[in-house]
Formats: sequence, C-alpha cells, structure tokens
Amino acid sequence: MTEGSSNFARHDWDGADARRRLKRRYAANTRLKLYGLSAIVLALGLLAVLLGSLVMTGYKSFVQTHVTFDVYVNPENYDQANPFDSDYRTMIRDSFLKLFPEVPPGPQQRQLFDIPSTGAQLKLREIVAADPSVVGSTIRISVPVSDEFDQFQKGEGSRDAAEDARRVNDRQIVWFDKLAADGKISTPFNWTLFNSADSRFPELAGLKGAIVGTFYLLLVTFVLSFPIGIAAAIYLEEFAPKNKWTDIIEININNLAAVPSIVFGLLALAVFLQTFGLPRSAPLVGGMTIALMTLPTIIIATRAALKAVPPSIREAALGVGASKHQVIIHHVLPLAMPGILTGTIIGMAHAIGETAPLLLIGMNAFMTSASVGILDPATTLPTQIYIWADSPERGFVARTSAAILVLLGFLMLMNGLAIYLRRRLERKW
Amino acid sequence: MTEAQVEMKTRMDNEANNVKFSTRGVHVFYGDKEALKGVDLDINNNEVTALIGPSGCGKSTYLRCLNRMNDTVDSARVTGSILLDGADVYDRKVDVVQLRARVGMVFQKPNPFPKSIYDNIVYGPRIHGLASTKTEFDEIVETSLKKAGLWNEVKDRLDSGGTSLSGGQQQRLCIARAIAVSPEVILMDEPCSALDPIATARVEELIDELRENYAIVIVTHSMQQAARVSQRTAFFHIGEIVEHGNTEQIFTNPREERTRDYITGRFG
Repeated sequence: MTEGSSNFARHDWDGADARRRLKRRYAANTRLKLYGLSAIVLALGLLAVLLGSLVMTGYKSFVQTHVTFDVYVNPENYDQANPFDSDYRTMIRDSFLKLFPEVPPGPQQRQLFDIPSTGAQLKLREIVAADPSVVGSTIRISVPVSDEFDQFQKGEGSRDAAEDARRVNDRQIVWFDKLAADGKISTPFNWTLFNSADSRFPELAGLKGAIVGTFYLLLVTFVLSFPIGIAAAIYLEEFAPKNKWTDIIEININNLAAVPSIVFGLLALAVFLQTFGLPRSAPLVGGMTIALMTLPTIIIATRAALKAVPPSIREAALGVGASKHQVIIHHVLPLAMPGILTGTIIGMAHAIGETAPLLLIGMNAFMTSASVGILDPATTLPTQIYIWADSPERGFVARTSAAILVLLGFLMLMNGLAIYLRRRLERKW
Repeated sequence: MTEAQVEMKTRMDNEANNVKFSTRGVHVFYGDKEALKGVDLDINNNEVTALIGPSGCGKSTYLRCLNRMNDTVDSARVTGSILLDGADVYDRKVDVVQLRARVGMVFQKPNPFPKSIYDNIVYGPRIHGLASTKTEFDEIVETSLKKAGLWNEVKDRLDSGGTSLSGGQQQRLCIARAIAVSPEVILMDEPCSALDPIATARVEELIDELRENYAIVIVTHSMQQAARVSQRTAFFHIGEIVEHGNTEQIFTNPREERTRDYITGRFG
C-alpha cells in the first residue's frame, strides 16, 4: 500500500530529469520539422533541375533559323498538267544559287545548296498550289535553313573548332555570314513545331501529328472510360449487394490499378489487334487500351466521391418520395461530380503520358501528316518524344526537350482545368 | 363473420376512431438483433403522437417503419402489420415512393438540399407531377412556406441557398418541403435536437398548427416537448411499448413504474 502510494508522490516538474526530458522533446519536434522541410527542399530542387535542364536544351527549338530570298517561279520547270510534280527543287536551287553567282558549279554549288532546308521546295509547292498565278513571276519566300545551319546559327559547336570537327565547313560559314550580313537570316518563332507533323529533317519536324493523335486518343479514352467508370461505380456503391462476389470485384478493380501498363499493351496487341483485327497504330485502339487503364482510377475516385455525399441528403430525398434513381441522378451524382471530375482528369493526365502500351500497338508510327480520324495511324506526344529521343540528328535533341515541355504544358493545363472545374462545381452555401 | 367482413369492420372502426396508422405486432430485426419486439400502436388523425424513451429503445426504428425508411438498411427485416388507412404498407403491391409521398418525414438534423429555397420546396411536387406550370409551383412554394411559418422571412430571397438559412429556419424549410407534397402524415425524428430554445419554440408552435391537417408522429428526448406538443404519448423501452395513452394521463398519472421513473428522470 505504501509502495503504491509512493508512485503518486508529487512529481518534480522542475528537476534536472524533467528539464532534460523537456529539452529532448523540443529537439525531437525540431528534428521532425527539419526532416519534412529538407524533403520538400530536395523535391523542389530535383524538380527545378529537371525543368531547368529541359528548358536549357529545349528553349532553342522554339525559334527556327530562316533564310529569306527571291524565287523566280520558272514556267519552264512548271508542269501545267501536273502542278504537284513540277520541278520546284530546280526553281529553288537556281534562285538560291543566283545569290552567289561567283560559286562555280560542282561540289561547291552542292555545298551552297545545303543551306536551305529540303522543306523549301515543299513550301514553294504550297504557295504555287494556292495561287497558280505566281508562275512566271518572282516571289520572296522565307524558308527554314537545314539543321546544320540552324544549329550553327544557335551557337551549337564553335566556329573556331577544326573544320573536320564541324558540320559546316569554312566556305559554308563565309556564305552563311554573307547571308546574315545581308539581313537574309532571321530567327522567328518556330510555328513549324506546332504546325507540322513529323519529318526526317529536324527543321521541318513538328508536333501537330502528335498533338492531334493525343487529342483523338484522349477523346476515345474519355468517351469509353467516363460513362463506364461512373456506371460501374454507381452500381458497386449504390446497388450491389454486399457479398463475396462484390468483394472479389472490388479487390480486383483495386488490383487492376496496379497492373504494369506494358501488360495492357500486350493485352491490346493480342485482343484488339490480333483477335478483332482493329487497325494498328490507330488512336481508337490506343484509346481503348488506355481506357482500360484509366477505368480503375475513375471507378475508385467515383466510389469515394459517392461515399462522401452525406447520408442526410439521401434521406432528405427519400423522405419526400424520390425513387432510388432520382436520389442518385438528382442529388448524389451532382454532389459527387467535383470528386468524379477530379478523379477523371487525374486519370486522363495519366493517360496523356502513357507510352509503353502505345509502343506495343504501334502508335509510334512515323507520320508526316496529322491523322484525320480515330482509325488513321497516329503518334501521341510521349511516343513522339520516344521517336525523337531515338533520332541521331542534333536538331532532335532540342526538339525532344521542347516536346517534353509541350507535354508538361498540356498536363499543367489539364490540372488547371481540374482545379477550375472543382471550384466551379463545388456548391458552397 | 367472413374475413372480408372482419376487414371491413376494422376499417370502419378505424375510420370512426379517426385512426390513420394502425400497427400490430411490429417486429424489426437488424441482422440477428431484435430492435422492436412486437409493438401495437395506433396513430390518429389531427393529433400529435409523441414517442419517448431512452436512447436505443426503438422509437426511431418504429418511426422509420411507418414510411419504410428501414428499407434502405440492408440487414433490416420488418414483420407484423402496419396499416395506413387499412392497407398494409409492407404489402408487395405498395409503391414505396407513393407511400413516402403520403407519409412525409422531417429529420433530426436539418437537411435541406444544397439548392435554392425555391428548388428545395418544388423538388417533391416536381418528381410526383403535382404541378406543371410555373404559377402552380409558385403557389405551392408560397403555401408550403406559409404553413411552415417561413414565408415572411424568406419571400424576398427564394433564390438563395437553403443551407444559408439559420438552423431553425432550415428545419422549418425541411418541414415546408415535407408539406409541399401534401402528405397525410408527417413523421418527425427529434426535429428540435439541433436547434436552440427559440427556434425550438417556433417549431413546436408550428407542429401544433399543423395538427389541424395532418397526423403527426414525433420522436423526442425532451419530456417537456412531448408534454407541450402532443395529445398522445407512447413510452418505449428496450424495443417494447411500456405504456401509451393520453399525454396528460401519461405525464400526471402513469400506470407503470418504469414510465414514472423515466419521466421523472430517474433513468434514461
């Protein structure tokens, strides 16, 4: 008894022991805070390095070096019957060589003609096709220079390096400098990056095909996964009896969210392409594959959002005689919508960056024009990045980074949209 | 007498006695647990019936049998007979949606829809097709809010949110919402437990006014409230009705020891 009561003896809150404990407690608090802070700093630092390196390599490809000169649209090279096959290359070459009459024919002229991009003749063809009346006259056009000179203009590789270590030789530098001195060289914003599809030539390659492909893919994914996901979630949350079978379904939906994406690609390859014979490389198949991957995300998010609707609202609706479907459609679903949309957009953001399954179904097709439908072969932004990252030309290094920046831009746009929609739909009264 | 004749007689008796709900031998099971162990009670028209008793005694469970709100609980099972105007509400032919339109409910916590005041009121009439034109809806809104004693306070801001009102106003809005579908019975599950004394007094006044047109059943934890607003009182304890009868008699001269103990605050 005496021993027991001694345990409750007055505690010395100001003793050496107590003070040491106090100090340790404060130190532990501070440490915990510091761990957290350093984790944040580390994460932000890594993000800054990533973005910094992307911007540093990518920013140059947002401008493109152009050369502006007069072209004589020579009727001799123009094929009246078949304008598309006219010899625009000769028109460009003859006109360009006129800028340097002193250059003798042969290898030197060939080197000189390396300056304008191969795209020049395509551009001229477009102009003439749009307005055949220019045949026989002289027009001024501005065309991209070829990749070597674009890189040279952007300071890639020193002009003091040994000639054989450079991609442009001494003579070409002299010509290029003369063009620059005549004000014929300009570096406008690189609209080609957004206006054109892929090309073998970096200076002509753009993301239009990939952006259009991504759009179609997201469209298919959304159209499939949004209604199916919501319907599945509503059934599981509101109608399904609680038994062994629904438990199994629930566990498997959660597991599905963790299946590696390449497995979905293999599934799509085996089922969609080989069994059903759907077209390869098409956004339809890509969208179906990504929809399979997005479904669990949407179902889980929708169920959570439905569960979060206060039971009092359901009771209120049931109390005035709303049927089950009226309760769900009129009250529960609208209140759950912000959560559902957030989940869906997160799923879509996931979809926009998915690469592996798309490679398996051939959505890394080399496409020099944007597809016009969901059945045409196409690329998406991540697969385009994959293609460019694999290309040996110097110009594609910068373009890879630029494409990544564009992809990140789209992601930020989507996240912004998610936040906006959530704010907009959340009724705060 | 044949069965039909018996039924006819009961019905006529009930009508003569002004009985709205007649419940006999009501058992409710939640899984294996028996929450109500055979309850016999009549609910009369134009009267307020108060259900009192300690927490977990089954009075809310009983209330929720009357408009079949227990249907929403998967494990709940109801047996016995619950007759509304002589027709069994648990009959398979009964449409639960129509039943709930006839038997309105007001809940413990005010639960207006996150919509405007106007939309809160017209929701019920709209889904039941009670009105079709804007004028008719406007009229329903005005009469319902007037009956609920809320019209003067909100008539200038019918478009503002129902949840922007004070607690007491919200509860009266919920009562107006219940009235809007022109029910015959109104069930109230502790309607004042989340309200302050002034709002409570306002709602009690309202209940007394509503008695003229409806049969009202109110579950309450407040003895004084039961004594103030009800004409009949039923005392529930552990799933059974210990005693029921005239409110005055129950509170002044209870027959049972347990009732006396409860209303004098000796247990519960």
